[in-house]
Amino acid sequence: MTMNAISRSQIYVLDQDEALDFYVNKLGMEVNTDQDLGFMRWLTVNLPGDPEREILLEKPGAPALDPATAEQVRELLTKGALGGYLFMTTDDAHKTHEDLVAKGVEITDEPTERPYGIDFGIRDPFGNRIRIGQMFPRTA
Amino acid sequence: MSRAVEESNRAMLRARDAMDRAYAEPLDIPALARIAHVSEAHFIRTFRATFGETPHRYLQRRRVERAMSLLVETARDVTDICYAVGFGSLGTFSRTFRQIVGESPSDFRRHRVAPTNVPSCFTKAWTRPSSFG
Repeated sequence: MTMNAISRSQIYVLDQDEALDFYVNKLGMEVNTDQDLGFMRWLTVNLPGDPEREILLEKPGAPALDPATAEQVRELLTKGALGGYLFMTTDDAHKTHEDLVAKGVEITDEPTERPYGIDFGIRDPFGNRIRIGQMFPRTA
Repeated sequence: MSRAVEESNRAMLRARDAMDRAYAEPLDIPALARIAHVSEAHFIRTFRATFGETPHRYLQRRRVERAMSLLVETARDVTDICYAVGFGSLGTFSRTFRQIVGESPSDFRRHRVAPTNVPSCFTKAWTRPSSFG
């Protein structure tokens, strides 16, 4: 048995419409699936051309979480302490940074050259952390 | 918990993000309180309640953490590093560094090695000197 890909990840968001606006209109991702399942809205996005790797934008709440727990999740998320953390790569960190600044995205860390590449940090509207990096080729 | 708390959390987080991003600039409480859209007294009190320490202390730790990194990763001299990370005087920098790290910048430089190829966001968060024990 060999597992061969990370195909789907999940982060919590407070509002799925607002999340769509951010992840699609600002970050340039695509809606993969947006389906009302009745008990929840199954909403996933992916980077253009990469539908095999989806991110589920899940709203914390009933019935999966009791109200008190959902409130705790929301509180941690808005403090930036929930652990939702996406790493994405780009072929031009400075250009991507410029584009995102122009769109009003919150920058948490300016682009910096590191041994592994040039990367910078942004935050989504809810408190999730996102890193965007232009990675140098790995040396063996 | 109310939506008001969430809004307050996000406002405090925005101010903390500004410290992370612009630590080398002359950030002061009035500027940070403006980012959070609250009064200065409210900002200090609420930031502390949200993150467990005052904004001043957080900014000091952020700057000292950057100084620690520059001390081990570059050959720049201590005075140069002091100003590069946002301190206004060498005296304040040395005193704050010693208070937070437990030794002087030059002693620290002598026996620390640069961390390996771990993403810098993690190194920053996990090597930042803590007042939480």
